[in-house]
Amino acid sequence: MHNLTLTQSIAGLRNGQFSSRELSEALLARIAEHNPSLNAFITVTAERALASADHADQQRVAGNAGPLCGVPIAHKDIFCTRDVRTSAGSKMLDNFVPPYSATAVERLEQAGAISLGKANMDEFAMGSSNETSYYGAVQNPWARDSVAGGSSGGSAAAVAARLVAGATATDTGGSIRQPAALCGITGLKPTYGRISRWGMIAYASSLDQAGPMARSAEDCALLLREMAGHDQLDSTSAEIAVPDYCGELNQRKDLSDLKIGVPSQYFGAGLDDGVATAVREALAVYESLGATLVEIELPNSALAIPAYYVIAPAEASANLSRFDGVRYGYRCADPKDLEDLYRRSRSEGFGDEVKRRIMIGSYALSAGYYDAYYRKAQQVRQLIKQDYDAAFNQCDLIAGPTTPNTAWAIGEKSSDPVSMYLEDIYTIATNLAGLPGLSLPCGFAQGKPVGLQLTGRHFDESTLLQAAHHYQLNSDWHQRGPEEFCQ
Amino acid sequence: MDIEQLQKLATLSRLNITPEQSPALAEELDNVLRLVDQLQAAKTDGIEPMAHPLQIDQPLRRDTAAQPADRSALQNIAPATEAGLYLVPKVID
Repeated sequence: MHNLTLTQSIAGLRNGQFSSRELSEALLARIAEHNPSLNAFITVTAERALASADHADQQRVAGNAGPLCGVPIAHKDIFCTRDVRTSAGSKMLDNFVPPYSATAVERLEQAGAISLGKANMDEFAMGSSNETSYYGAVQNPWARDSVAGGSSGGSAAAVAARLVAGATATDTGGSIRQPAALCGITGLKPTYGRISRWGMIAYASSLDQAGPMARSAEDCALLLREMAGHDQLDSTSAEIAVPDYCGELNQRKDLSDLKIGVPSQYFGAGLDDGVATAVREALAVYESLGATLVEIELPNSALAIPAYYVIAPAEASANLSRFDGVRYGYRCADPKDLEDLYRRSRSEGFGDEVKRRIMIGSYALSAGYYDAYYRKAQQVRQLIKQDYDAAFNQCDLIAGPTTPNTAWAIGEKSSDPVSMYLEDIYTIATNLAGLPGLSLPCGFAQGKPVGLQLTGRHFDESTLLQAAHHYQLNSDWHQRGPEEFCQ
Repeated sequence: MDIEQLQKLATLSRLNITPEQSPALAEELDNVLRLVDQLQAAKTDGIEPMAHPLQIDQPLRRDTAAQPADRSALQNIAPATEAGLYLVPKVID
């Protein structure tokens, strides 16, 4: 049962082949067996899940089944879940049980989805390997000594290891697409504003965006359709109608009207040969499906990482100032005065990477440096957006590698933050411009999965999903799983 | 970055950095600053800074009464409260 996709699970539940309780129990048993080593979940909510499964089974009998009725999923532990601990991977929030749920979580619940638990992540989503989590690194199901990617490493590993068929995740600089690539699954970062950020613990508010992870584009469409849409509680969520992503998947007979831009900058130095080969083969498949490849330029792409490491830490230093030991979360023992309460609660509650980014942000925003760093980074952000505007005059989608390398060994880069930052070289510009991006499996290098990244126009997730779906109808990379977890 | 600068940043960030942590942290921050210094080479004369990816207008909602926040639910998760107030160490003697 664990090898079923979301789409197949829904069909099985609808046809009465199995109940939601049976499906949930089967997956919970797998979590109990594999999670102690994989570490994909921080919290497993077995009892609540089974109660929800029973409720879903009753709803189905009563004829009230929603589109995801009885389907088990997982939530990244960055989404507030009412009465369920929400840690954001941090000691700071190890004791935080929110009194409300994120809008994305509520919408999936209303559609009938069942949460089996909260997925591991880099602390406050700051990391590319899941190693900054207070709860420890996540193992990559394809190579247990390797990282699962980050920050949504737990969600990606849980989906790849067939512990759940779908999960929620978030992406600020690549945190959905990069772990999706490293774990051989499909992950979509929608356009900024497509999904409400209400109840999603903030890292960098002008970049953060929620999205789905699953084993196919078809399954991502199912989750996105429920998660997307305007929310009064998030004034940056767009008031733009949500298309029927599932219905539109097969809108195109072939891809003959699709122009795919290939940026020369994404195939230069630093790209692993095996990754390059797999990505070029995927582009050849697109050509064989009728798409036209056009070479494009994104001349400022090398500046995306430097701009990001000013803008994201600057926003983070402001967002994380709320963690003060007063209203919720960690408080140090016996503070001698208010200043001591703030400083010691934060010093003891935050991990090293979070502290580094807060301090970089404080530096970039401080008097005398603001123009040289923050303002300059925002200008470069504008240049990067203009590059994309020009590129999308020539093409409908942009394609390239999601990551320069496959999954690296746990511990290999953790002592050198900058070398880790460079792993996000192809994903970060998309967040700066607010564009939607998707990673889908397109082969292997050194026995580990390789991801193909597709980037689209603002609010054109449908074209991304259609292009990914067509590829998946004509390839089987997305159906492959790590042998150990597929039996 | 020298130790004095590092301590100033720590104060701005409300963090404590011990003397033992300082040298390694200063080096790590220097490495990040070297990375972001690549920005200085970009030609940005006359380029409007971009703070946000979308041009969204501030949306309006209907002026109807909403449920007030449930104070007790929010304070149940606080480290220390009394009579609906958050408790912190004494600020004024």
